[in-house]
Amino acid sequence: MGLLSLAIWTPIFFGVVLLAFGRDSQAAMVRWIALVGSVVSLAVTVPLYTGFQLGTAAMQFVEKTLWIGRFNIHYHLGVDGISLWLVLLTAFITVIVVIASWEAITSRVNQYMGAFLILSGLMIGVFSAQDAMLFYVFFEATLIPMYLIIGIWGGQNKIYAAFKFFLYTLLGSLLMLVALIYLYTQSGGSFDLATWYKLPLSGTAQTLLFFAFFAAFAVKVPMWPVHTWLPDVHVEAPTGGSAVLAAIMLKLGAYGFLRFSMPILPDASHEWAWLMIALSLVAVVYVGLVAMVQKDMKKLVAYSSVAHMGFVTLGFFVFSDIGVAGGIVQMVAHGFVSAAMFLCIGVLYDRVHSREIADYGGVVNTMPKFTAFALLFVMANSGLPGTAGFVGEWMVILAAVKANFWVGMAAASALIFGAAYSLWMFKRVYLGPPGNSQVKALVDINAREFLVLALLAVMVLYMGIHPKPFTDVMDASVAELLRHVAISKLP
Amino acid sequence: MSTTLSATTLLAVPLAPLAGALIAGILGTTFGGNVIGRRASHTATILGVLVAFVLSVSTLMDVIDGARFNATIYEWMRIGSLKMEIGFMVDGLTAMMMCVVTFVSLMVHLYTIGYMEEDAGYNRFFAYISLFTFSMLMLVMSNNLLQLFFGWEAVGLVSYLLIGFWYNKPTAIFANMKAFLVNRVGDFGFILGIGLIVAHTGSLNYTEIFAKASELGAIGFANPFGGADWLLVTVICICLFIGAMGKSAQFPLHVWLPDSMEGPTPISALIHAATMVTAGIFMVSRMSPLFELSDTALNFILIIGAITALFMGFLGIIQNDIKRVVAYSTLSQLGYMTVALGASVYSVAVFHLMTHAFFKALLFLAAGSVIMGLHHNQDIRWMGGVRKYMPVTWITFLLGTLALIGTPLFSGFYSKDSIIESVHFSNLPAAGFAYAAVLAGVFVTSFYSFRLYFLVFHGKERYDQNPDAHHGHDDHGHGHGDGKPHETPWVVTVPLVLLAIPSVFIGFFTIEPMLFGDFLKDAITINAELHPALSKFAEIFHGPMAMTLHGFSTPPFWLALAGAVSAWYMYLINPSVPAAIGRALKPLVTVMENKYYLDWFNENVIARGARALGTGLWKGGDRGLIEGGVVNASWKLVGWVSSVVRQAQSGYLYHYALVMIVGVLLFMTYFVWIAR
Repeated sequence: MGLLSLAIWTPIFFGVVLLAFGRDSQAAMVRWIALVGSVVSLAVTVPLYTGFQLGTAAMQFVEKTLWIGRFNIHYHLGVDGISLWLVLLTAFITVIVVIASWEAITSRVNQYMGAFLILSGLMIGVFSAQDAMLFYVFFEATLIPMYLIIGIWGGQNKIYAAFKFFLYTLLGSLLMLVALIYLYTQSGGSFDLATWYKLPLSGTAQTLLFFAFFAAFAVKVPMWPVHTWLPDVHVEAPTGGSAVLAAIMLKLGAYGFLRFSMPILPDASHEWAWLMIALSLVAVVYVGLVAMVQKDMKKLVAYSSVAHMGFVTLGFFVFSDIGVAGGIVQMVAHGFVSAAMFLCIGVLYDRVHSREIADYGGVVNTMPKFTAFALLFVMANSGLPGTAGFVGEWMVILAAVKANFWVGMAAASALIFGAAYSLWMFKRVYLGPPGNSQVKALVDINAREFLVLALLAVMVLYMGIHPKPFTDVMDASVAELLRHVAISKLP
Repeated sequence: MSTTLSATTLLAVPLAPLAGALIAGILGTTFGGNVIGRRASHTATILGVLVAFVLSVSTLMDVIDGARFNATIYEWMRIGSLKMEIGFMVDGLTAMMMCVVTFVSLMVHLYTIGYMEEDAGYNRFFAYISLFTFSMLMLVMSNNLLQLFFGWEAVGLVSYLLIGFWYNKPTAIFANMKAFLVNRVGDFGFILGIGLIVAHTGSLNYTEIFAKASELGAIGFANPFGGADWLLVTVICICLFIGAMGKSAQFPLHVWLPDSMEGPTPISALIHAATMVTAGIFMVSRMSPLFELSDTALNFILIIGAITALFMGFLGIIQNDIKRVVAYSTLSQLGYMTVALGASVYSVAVFHLMTHAFFKALLFLAAGSVIMGLHHNQDIRWMGGVRKYMPVTWITFLLGTLALIGTPLFSGFYSKDSIIESVHFSNLPAAGFAYAAVLAGVFVTSFYSFRLYFLVFHGKERYDQNPDAHHGHDDHGHGHGDGKPHETPWVVTVPLVLLAIPSVFIGFFTIEPMLFGDFLKDAITINAELHPALSKFAEIFHGPMAMTLHGFSTPPFWLALAGAVSAWYMYLINPSVPAAIGRALKPLVTVMENKYYLDWFNENVIARGARALGTGLWKGGDRGLIEGGVVNASWKLVGWVSSVVRQAQSGYLYHYALVMIVGVLLFMTYFVWIAR
């Protein structure tokens, strides 16, 4: 079994074991097994990084066996510089979520933990699939555990949210399925991505395919105007669900643009780049403004996620090395930062059972340690240099200014909006005299919560101070991607 | 005599305060469990800053001997051919800044021992100011724009933390958010300027950028409003300068600085007077090879600087809070520096930056000493006669004031007169306005400074008239004695004395090397043919002694004297005059009391407008159009279609049979009659 298969199936194995044998009467043991499972799953991804060859854009750790012979579908895995960090991020965030949910979840613990572990394996599958049908299977399969996580452990309106999440994303992916089948027939019966990269396609076909993929990926990112599901879902999802949703699931969409839309449809990508850039800028400016006026912390962070993901798509569609790399860096950085933001809200929610900003005020008085972490993450969210949040935004702004000054200007407005909504929330929740008796009675974070936040803090600072390991990995693959995008495929 | 600088030594300069900050910040606070006490915290941080100061001075000595350093220390990231690095560039400008930053920081650290003695956040405060010192050093020592931007934002962060140091004070946590956001508006411009530079030179490194400066000067920038192209370099310089306007508090981005006085006084001296706010001046001086290429940008800078210098000075006249008077004075002086930048005499701006750092830090710390001595009263209306009780504070404050108004022989005289003279020589169109503004500013400066001085240190003692004596602005407790002022302890007065020395002397001894010598020659580029202000000034400069003697007969001297005398008359001899003038000019005073309505505009138009727009987009766009119009409509459409289609599934056999028969008939008709 190859390393990638291990990375995919180890968490799924643990998840299935938990589902099959876990009982709420043994919740403590279930948690420990989940923790062991997630840590082992993270451990098996480490050799992917240490053994990764820099300087080549070729797929590495490739595994390929025939899966469904009749349709020429292969179990074909591999990672390159674009997907490697996303795989590592997925495994890392899963560990975080398991620890973070330790006390918050008390019913059906095995199912909850199992769902996250299985989800983790499936998402790694998405990031490493090199066969389009395999990709599609993983891509769709991730919906199921997340649907259950929201629908079972969510808040008051959980059923509505779970359906909204499911239907929204499923509708998008159906068009992608059509596109995949079309490409399958056009390529003479192959689902191999590398084959598709060489496939000549007419302009009309490219445009239609572009929008079919767009439907699937834009919803997932989510891009304006198909972003409205995200705030509703975040509000209802349990803390862990929100963290995984923001940190990783959104990246599935952005990743799709890189793996499918851009290299397979270079001409359409160029032709419609203006639209992608425009929608990305709307996300940055419009959604930035909307985030500012939110009264619910989770909604605020959800909108801020949309704005930050706008940088990802913006970076991709200016077609420069620094822009694409910046977009990928932003994906990883947003993974750490948004997970941290949601976990901070979770820490407060566990104590006060409210997400309303107005129900807080002066948390620093009773939770100084926690506030120190929260400040770091808020600053990262507003893109302060030295934190992960800065790196991607910086790269994308440089790329955007180079492409077009006015695009860069609109993007750079995030400096103001990002700081405005982040700091205003921070002021109202954490600073000032204690807002009410509940805040006065708050107890600072315990060792477990400290550990979770500290792990994320270390990553946020590490990525901000030493981003080289992240970008070095991407270099060759980004160059290769841009080479594909630069070659016209019109027959 | 060494002429080489070692990277290790240079690295130790910023890292020593960082180490101090980490020790005090992690081990000395609740975050790390209060492992170490106050003594260990202040010892660690002061030691760190002391090391940085000693090494900075030794670096300065080496630089005077001709040593230079410009190398990369660490690669942050590399994308294609674009290197993003951390590296140091040490020349006269850097070495001077390093010494100023570490010296003032050291004084402020010492002073803090006394000032924050009774504050529960003692260790946290030390951690912050050491972290600030680290950030500021990284900013000034940088050899590239990335690190500059890092330091730029990092000092902004620390400023945010320190303005909001008393986090239970609503005004403080509003002020720190405001400071951060207004600075972000500046940074928005700054990052765009950096982006344009990178886009056209492919580098962030100063040396590489300057090497391509002349190419840059030839590129056009498409005018978005039609018409003739702009110069790219003009756009770059204005963008960079917007950054400087935020950090160096230039009109109209100055609004955060007066509010920043909500923070403890030591940081007002360190951050909001001596060092951080001068980062913009430093940056423009550093980028002088680019600014020299754009007269448009220089004119813009002249106008902004002149407005700030004069109009912020006016506001200093009507303030009653001792710190706010000094804050408006800082704004006005930053305006002077900016005017010097606009007149292309960068070295003069840097010179004023240095002298100002000493005397303004002195004034702030002395003001803080007064506040301590007066049991946390900050309102000068309830002061008076303090000189009897606080002799050291009195004398040092007076020396600082004399330096500020530009009394000959005092350091401020040399730098301010140089600004006025060289603006006079500038040939840019905006220089005329700027000259008038800085000249008028001399009177204003002298007037508000002596108003402050007389109200605090002379005249009747008015301590018992304070209506809210027990609600001082600094809301940390302090022993309330008999209401009489008392001199502050030695940790407070010693820094005052040490700052008073350079405030008096440094101008006389450094004007020649800094303006006309080799000290800043390689750091600053001036196109003397196009912008001859400095060379013309050099022609009439015959040594500091001659300048001093001449200084007694120039308009600025008489203006300053007039300001001092009017203040003396109006606030000591005949105190009914100011009130009469205030009544006579009621509308004007109202405008000034409202700070030209800029805060009102920002809060009611910009902030409220942004929130209204956000709410509109959210409720109208997201909720209304997208959710209500599209998402839920399609949801309902599906529901409606299914409700209609559901009718067909009646469950009755004869319904189905009927439909089948009709279907078969239709098919038959089709095949038999139509498709035949």
